[in-house]
Amino acid sequence: MTPVFLVRRLGLLAAALFGVSLLIFVLLRLLPGDVATIVGGVQATPEQLAVLRERLGTDRPLPVQYAEWAGGVLTGDFGRSMLNGVSVTDELARKLVVTLPLTLTAAVLAVAIAVPLGAYAALRQRAPDGAAVSALGQLGVAVPTFWMGIMLSVVFAVQLRLLPAQGFPADGWAEPGRAAASLVLPVLTLALAQAAVLLRFVRSATLEVLQADFLRTARAKGLTTGAALLRHGLRNAAMPVVSVLGIQIASLIVGAVVVEQAFSLPGVGKMLLADVGNRDLVKVQGTVLLLSGLVLVLGTVIDIVHRLADPRLRDTP
Amino acid sequence: MTGAFRSLVRSRSGLLGLALSAVVVAATLVSLVWTPYDPGAVDPRASWAPVSGAHWFGADRLGRDLFSLVLAGARTTLLVSLAATVVAAVTGTLLAAAAAVTPGWVRAAVGYGIDVLIAFPTLLLAMVLVAVHGASTLTAVLAIGLGEGFFVARVMRAEMTRVLAADYVLAARAGGAGTWRILYAHVLPNALPTLTVLLSLVMAIAVLAEAALSYLGYGVPSSTPTWGRMLHDLQTQLTIRPQVLVWPGLAIVATVLGFNLLGDGLRDAGDPKARRT
Repeated sequence: MTPVFLVRRLGLLAAALFGVSLLIFVLLRLLPGDVATIVGGVQATPEQLAVLRERLGTDRPLPVQYAEWAGGVLTGDFGRSMLNGVSVTDELARKLVVTLPLTLTAAVLAVAIAVPLGAYAALRQRAPDGAAVSALGQLGVAVPTFWMGIMLSVVFAVQLRLLPAQGFPADGWAEPGRAAASLVLPVLTLALAQAAVLLRFVRSATLEVLQADFLRTARAKGLTTGAALLRHGLRNAAMPVVSVLGIQIASLIVGAVVVEQAFSLPGVGKMLLADVGNRDLVKVQGTVLLLSGLVLVLGTVIDIVHRLADPRLRDTP
Repeated sequence: MTGAFRSLVRSRSGLLGLALSAVVVAATLVSLVWTPYDPGAVDPRASWAPVSGAHWFGADRLGRDLFSLVLAGARTTLLVSLAATVVAAVTGTLLAAAAAVTPGWVRAAVGYGIDVLIAFPTLLLAMVLVAVHGASTLTAVLAIGLGEGFFVARVMRAEMTRVLAADYVLAARAGGAGTWRILYAHVLPNALPTLTVLLSLVMAIAVLAEAALSYLGYGVPSSTPTWGRMLHDLQTQLTIRPQVLVWPGLAIVATVLGFNLLGDGLRDAGDPKARRT
């Protein structure tokens, strides 16, 4: 990998983060007009509104407001809640303790489910079991994440009584076993939803590789299709799948918001939904920036990994 | 086109997609003029009525007929998704055209802008719009439509760039046709099959997005029956009578599956290479 590529990619990431933060600021601060009237409500007197404007800093010019917000974010300060003045950074940190394990475990599990199943569906393309796996993937893509969660709850929590149906221990990870148990169904829900999408890409990438000349050569050398695929095919088939992973991150984050609501987990997503209802614009602003920033940063990381793993791309600028 | 239609019907999944989509569209049309009960009609005697001849899917706490609510939900979901798909098609095609024909750095900037905004999750855009303007049918349509518009733009940009490189475009340009004339007379008609397939898939995504927004409580107003909202309200019954949660979910699955399979079938039917196998 050339350093030029790395510098260029990081430069693009910085530009994208700037663009997205500007977009969020414009949508949440510029378009609504006077934020103080939203927070203060219709009954607020002009004096109360003036005090509110000063406290929120909305009496200053917009570029100054943006610079203060963006500058704060760069030093780890996401501002304070408009409703109760709590630090948004502290709140986010408290909620990430639930959201990060949920999304990361689900992402790993999704890959662990989708890669073998997708490859199997491609290898046995014309057999009934291969077709059944593809059909299952096709069906999985059509199932809304929250309904999948509800149905898994019905089976595993209500009927079999194996796992908690909803919620998260109030004392967080103080009892790791109990906390982990309440994350099992949410993780499974999120992972299955992601795996269904991924499976189709793994299948078509494997099918493509199976038709490649180098695989025919490997077969001619005497390897079985399975062995040829393991030795020569996997790494080639992995490339398009890795780039799809980058795109999937956005749906993973959105899925986490929905799953947290469905299972009533106190994570970033559930907090965002409550803040949207309360019109706590500063908290919404910070949370949306954090989540979309996460999507962009992880996308860049995957892009760089893609570059490292694929020798054909290594020398192109 | 008849050849393409024949091969769509011949493939089993394409036929299933066509059938499911047709059933959903038919249910929507029927619900406009007839539902077994008025979906909003409260009947205390029918509270949590089980599945029976009188109530095919049972009834909810207020005694509202669940089958009528699911039928009426089809109407909301399809109309919102259709409107969002139109928004996505228009914004996506305009952006793609801008990215395809503008010169040099403008093209690069628009193209990169599309790539960044596609990573910005639709649901987050919806949350931002709802936080500022409140939940309404319009915010739902705009959020889903604009979010999917970037997706349409990315695919259409590639397609338009491909068409622009064709010999007949070169010939038209040599004949003195301007940019607008080429876009209108050559690029758009030739990119149309790709757009058709794309919109069927966008429709499926829009149905899922609308359901998720309604489920989260930030979609169309709560007085309008939707599948997502029904699941939100009925989730309290999870431990007592989980069977009521089945119907609205199955309706969503059938609709999304239908549009997805239809889109895939249309793509294969339009592709002579795939048609032969």
